[in-house]
Amino acid sequence: MSDQSAQPIRFLLNGEARSVSGQPATTTLLRYLRETERLTGTKEGCAEGDCGACTVLISENDGNGGLKRRPVNACIQFLPAMNGRAIETVEKLGSHRGADGADALREAMVEGHASQCGFCTPGFVVQLFSAWDGGKLTDRQAVKDQISGNLCRCTGYGPIIDAGETLAKLPKPDTLGEDLALAKRLGDIQNGAIFRYEAESSGGPQLWFAPENVDDLADIYGAHPDATLVAGATDVGLWVTKQHRDLSVLIDISKVRDLQMIEERLGVLYFGAGVTHTEALETLADIHPDLGEMMRRFAGAQIRNAGTVGGNIANGSPIGDLPPCLIALGARLYLRKGEDMRVLDLERFFVEYGKQDRAPGEFVVALEVPRLEDDQRYFAHKISKRFDSDISAVMAAFRLTFDGELVSEARLAFGGMAGVPKRASHAEAVLCGRPFDAVAVRDAQAALAEDFRPLTDMRASSEYRLKAAQNLLERFRLELTAERPARIAGFETGEARGTA
Amino acid sequence: MDETRIQDRSGAGEPSIAELGERPPTHERAIKGGVHTKRIHDSGVKHVSGAARYVDDEPELPGTLQIYIAMSEKAHARIVSLDVSKVRDVPGVACVLTANDIPGQNDYSPVFGDDPIFPQTSGPEALVQYVGQPIFAVAAETIDLARRAAKLAIVEYEELPAAITIEQALAAAGEAGHDLLDPHEMRIGDVDAALEGAPHRVLGRVAVGGQDHFYLEGQIAYSIPLEDGDVLVRSSTQHPSEVQHNVAKMLGVPDHAVTVEVRRMGGGFGGKESQPALFAAVTALAAVKTGRPVKCRLDRDDDMEMTGKRHEVTINYAVGFSGNGRIAAGDFSHLVRCGYSRDLSAAIADRAMFHADNAYSLPAARILSRRLKTHTVSNTAFRGFGGPQGMVGIERVMDRIAFETGIDPLDVRKVNLYPSFDSDRAPGVTPYHMPVTDSIIAELVEELEVTSGYRARREAIRQFNAQSPVLKKGLALTPVKFGISFTTSHLNQAGALVHVYKDGSVHLNHGGTEMGQGLFVKVAQVVAEEFQIDIEKVKITATTTAKVPNTSATAASSGSDLNGMAAQAAARTIKNRLIDYACGRYHVPEEQVVFAANRVLIGNEEKRFADLVGEAYLARISLSSTGFYATPDIHYDRESASGQPFYYFAYGAACSEVVIDMLTGEYKLLRADILHDCGTSLNPAIDRGQIEGGFIQGMGWLTMEELWWDDKGRLKTHAPSTYKIPTANDRPDDLRIAIWEKGENRSDTIYRSKAVGEPPFMLAISVFSALTDAVIAAGDGKAFPDLDAPATPERVLKAVEGVRG
Ligand SMILES: Cc1cc2nc3c(=O)[nH]c(=O)nc-3n(C[C@H](O)[C@H](O)[C@H](O)COP(=O)(O)OP(=O)(O)OC[C@H]3O[C@@H](n4cnc5c(N)ncnc54)[C@H](O)[C@@H]3O)c2cc1C
Ligand code: FES
Ligand code: FES
Repeated sequence: MSDQSAQPIRFLLNGEARSVSGQPATTTLLRYLRETERLTGTKEGCAEGDCGACTVLISENDGNGGLKRRPVNACIQFLPAMNGRAIETVEKLGSHRGADGADALREAMVEGHASQCGFCTPGFVVQLFSAWDGGKLTDRQAVKDQISGNLCRCTGYGPIIDAGETLAKLPKPDTLGEDLALAKRLGDIQNGAIFRYEAESSGGPQLWFAPENVDDLADIYGAHPDATLVAGATDVGLWVTKQHRDLSVLIDISKVRDLQMIEERLGVLYFGAGVTHTEALETLADIHPDLGEMMRRFAGAQIRNAGTVGGNIANGSPIGDLPPCLIALGARLYLRKGEDMRVLDLERFFVEYGKQDRAPGEFVVALEVPRLEDDQRYFAHKISKRFDSDISAVMAAFRLTFDGELVSEARLAFGGMAGVPKRASHAEAVLCGRPFDAVAVRDAQAALAEDFRPLTDMRASSEYRLKAAQNLLERFRLELTAERPARIAGFETGEARGTA
Repeated sequence: MDETRIQDRSGAGEPSIAELGERPPTHERAIKGGVHTKRIHDSGVKHVSGAARYVDDEPELPGTLQIYIAMSEKAHARIVSLDVSKVRDVPGVACVLTANDIPGQNDYSPVFGDDPIFPQTSGPEALVQYVGQPIFAVAAETIDLARRAAKLAIVEYEELPAAITIEQALAAAGEAGHDLLDPHEMRIGDVDAALEGAPHRVLGRVAVGGQDHFYLEGQIAYSIPLEDGDVLVRSSTQHPSEVQHNVAKMLGVPDHAVTVEVRRMGGGFGGKESQPALFAAVTALAAVKTGRPVKCRLDRDDDMEMTGKRHEVTINYAVGFSGNGRIAAGDFSHLVRCGYSRDLSAAIADRAMFHADNAYSLPAARILSRRLKTHTVSNTAFRGFGGPQGMVGIERVMDRIAFETGIDPLDVRKVNLYPSFDSDRAPGVTPYHMPVTDSIIAELVEELEVTSGYRARREAIRQFNAQSPVLKKGLALTPVKFGISFTTSHLNQAGALVHVYKDGSVHLNHGGTEMGQGLFVKVAQVVAEEFQIDIEKVKITATTTAKVPNTSATAASSGSDLNGMAAQAAARTIKNRLIDYACGRYHVPEEQVVFAANRVLIGNEEKRFADLVGEAYLARISLSSTGFYATPDIHYDRESASGQPFYYFAYGAACSEVVIDMLTGEYKLLRADILHDCGTSLNPAIDRGQIEGGFIQGMGWLTMEELWWDDKGRLKTHAPSTYKIPTANDRPDDLRIAIWEKGENRSDTIYRSKAVGEPPFMLAISVFSALTDAVIAAGDGKAFPDLDAPATPERVLKAVEGVRG
């Protein structure tokens, strides 16, 4: 911990420098924008990342002298996390750096009658512009995938999608010069290798650290083992906005570069804990298209831009989507505490509801995910009331290894079926050593009823969860046959779409 | 160009009338933004730049306090004691409000006086009746402080038995010996005899869930104390006059002491009709008590727990029909889940009954409606106002008859449609004894059948299903007939206020509110058309009770019908004065004063509109007028359950195609074709927006939007994380929307247009019927499914399992 003195939060807002202190560390970016800056174009529709009305565009150094840009939900981002970053809001979108697509989009929205009450509109404008700016508006489907985290209750979306398509066709101007200049400006306002912020909140004094390298993180967390780690804040943000929890020490790990790599060694992939869902998406899709499709439907783009792979595991949720998908793949987890590193099978991390195998001061470093072998078949299917941006009622992921016709190993992992993401050991045992045929599926379905007693809640009843889980085994079997029934979510194209 | 030429400053010299008009008028062929044009939304440019201001965006005055409302944790309980002393002691808390602080009436209900702002703190009325019911409020320097302080209150409850579901409500009503509101029955013909005599008869039941409005902007009110104890309230409301009245009633002051203003809402959908009065009242009370401005902006979860929703309804039906599918008699009973209080439930349950026939002429019918009390939030207005629930019943009947007879569901629907207004057949008569004299539904359905390619697609789907073991498709074409007018007849009135300034610019105000539906631009188009001036010359202004009094809610799709007429009347009064002036001054007969695009032809002369206005001002002609409109010819007698409650009907039809997965119950809407009647549309672009938005919202209601209460009466779907409204990918890419080109209102409405806010919502019933069709296919046509709404994947799978036995 080299730097003990508290610093102001320094960032650029619509191109202007800001240096802020005196705000509680858990002040959300949205509140700051609306109440302190009086930039009221950015709206609050839910304060939990689900409606997109609060979308702003964040830029930061990518570590290689360039810029990384992504739209996020301002309602669940904490203000100190903006240190060293640049924020663009709907009022000045792109204008201060010569990116002129925003006006074309605005015009297309107005002329195309894409706003009615207008409350959702700024969020759509920022999200569409940012997606275009980031090269993600490739076609109509991409437009829809990019706005699946933006809710509109009035229009029925058609005119918004049309406006997005108009923008998608517009060539992106070359802003490299401006980007480099912005990167340099951001470099100039960095606060050093460890940013440290102190504040007073209504719940008491607060301390915020943002280290840039993993050793510093290990040191700081060692010294403050009760601290809350904040990665993408897509969970932690809600602890503040929804549960109104007081957090006193926070460690922002979103700046730790060592945690942001994706690497491949000998057919095994390594995802740093800080890799965002957006960054992980393509590599996951490359393992199997079902994973790409799952990630396309995982939250909305803004949440995927902030939320991390590590956070999706570390939060220990029984309904997180990545854990079952990765458990089925045989993933392993790397944990570090101080100087000590250990590795364990991912499923072992989830001890019971609300309890993980993680010591105070210990953090997730990376995930190790083996690719599929030629003799392995994989299947992942997310079931939710709404296809996009919904928490799963059931997340099923299966990997079967075949020895000729016979199943030699079965990994059947489920989310939403128990207090933790869990493998179906009875059903797995039933499947091994025999062909994966209708009879085997029927037996495995019966065994599933021994593996799980799922709960009933607002997402689904116990009976439905079990029935759907059982039927997904049959679906997997059918998908391995010539019949290959299409999935409903991607029905129009008849096949899964792997990129977003 | 049109700068003011008339200076009032003394010394500038008296301008003479002759000096005006020295610049020749321009000669456009038509004005910009007249009626029947696709004018953009007046706030569109502001929406996309973030400049459009909603209540929370207005700068707060210094000293503004924030309100947190503490809510009941019990569904039904007596409050044994409420101790807020610790709350009061928290530094930064300006005041704590309970029932004891209310100087006037402790009620924010629209009609019946049974919605307490806060429960009494002792005595028999110290009662909470739903989880989320406000108990007390804290006004503090910040919302965090207010929320934190509220936690220090000590509330002691004595729990009482609670009815959460319709079944429990029925049991409780049986015990109590009465329902929340008296039952109502409509009846035509001899139903029992007709049922008895019909060749075929079936009984069934369908349950239809409620719906949260999920307006993107939550409930909000901001009260500013004025002198004399008056208050100015900025409220996000569809009903400023009612908010005004309820605030005044609560404060114990005359209505004139309270002014309510609303520029725009971030969505309303009925959820901002009776609900906003609560938040307005709480802020006004705190403002008067503290002398400081006070804001209450609800968090989304609090909003969803505290405010009313669409009524859940269970419909039992018995229907008799002949071999060709023609209905002989329909007997419906509606069990309506009203929540804890009456609110607008009487009128909503009535409207469900008014639409139990939808577009079908029933020779004999009986509709019985029971309005049940549950210990849940009081259900309220929501787009369609009960109509959609009523319609689902008869559309289910159509699907059922088709199943029983083996006739295509479309053909069953067609033999039962109301005869066309121009057909040889006598008009059909509704179960409330109103002849349907404007029906165009048969022709419209016929046209959609062709343009949607219904028959060919029916065949293609049959083939698809025959060779697809896991996925099944379904298709349905359903009509909509929706009655336009408030069924409470006196509400069908509206006022407007128009000023013409001496530079020729116009200030427009009326009693309607803007929630995104495009009312303001439509009414501005009417005024522009009347004066024949470009729409930019017409300033649209915030609705306020200080300019137009005693308004009705902007609801029942009536906004443009009523306010358009009232504004036209106001403009016409001024226009007539201008004509009179011109006739007198230029000695021409009336018919030689003609308003053309931005100019006025007077005999052989032409003047710019602004110049004529300037002249009229100098000639001391009044350039301001109110306008008023009351819908003619409507009445309904509740005693005899008969009358003419609607001025006219709006029609439409939709054809939807879905695919379901028999293993998971997942489904998708693949294509929808819509043909909708807007009369001669005032603004086809705005109307199209209402059609698409209404359809998708209706689809959400019948498919994924599920309200889920636990057995303690706690709503567990109280945020977008758990309550799922449609997203962009739920909208089918193949969505073909057409406005019926032959549309013309047979009643004398504003430019013969038709109301369009609610009717398209019900086009989504086609999706529900298509899902039913697909589930029938999943059972190889052997059984009729038991599919309730919302048809979540879980319900679809259950229905599939049901038909497969
Ligand atoms: C609108 C919305 C939609 C969502 N949709 C989905 C969905 O479809 N599927 C799904 O699975 N999830 C979903 N989520 C949940 C959430 O986005 C994910 O769980 C996300 O991956 C969490 O990552 P994060 O970086 O934001 O975590 P944070 O909120 O920053 O942290 C989450 C928890 O993990 C801890 N933590 C974070 N990183 C580490 C680390 N490296 N080591 C140790 N502890 C750590 C934190 O201390 C905290 O306890 C959604 C959330 C929102 C708000
Ligand atoms: S306010 Fe809804 S996502 Fe931020
Ligand atoms: S325009 Fe109203 S929510 Fe989108």
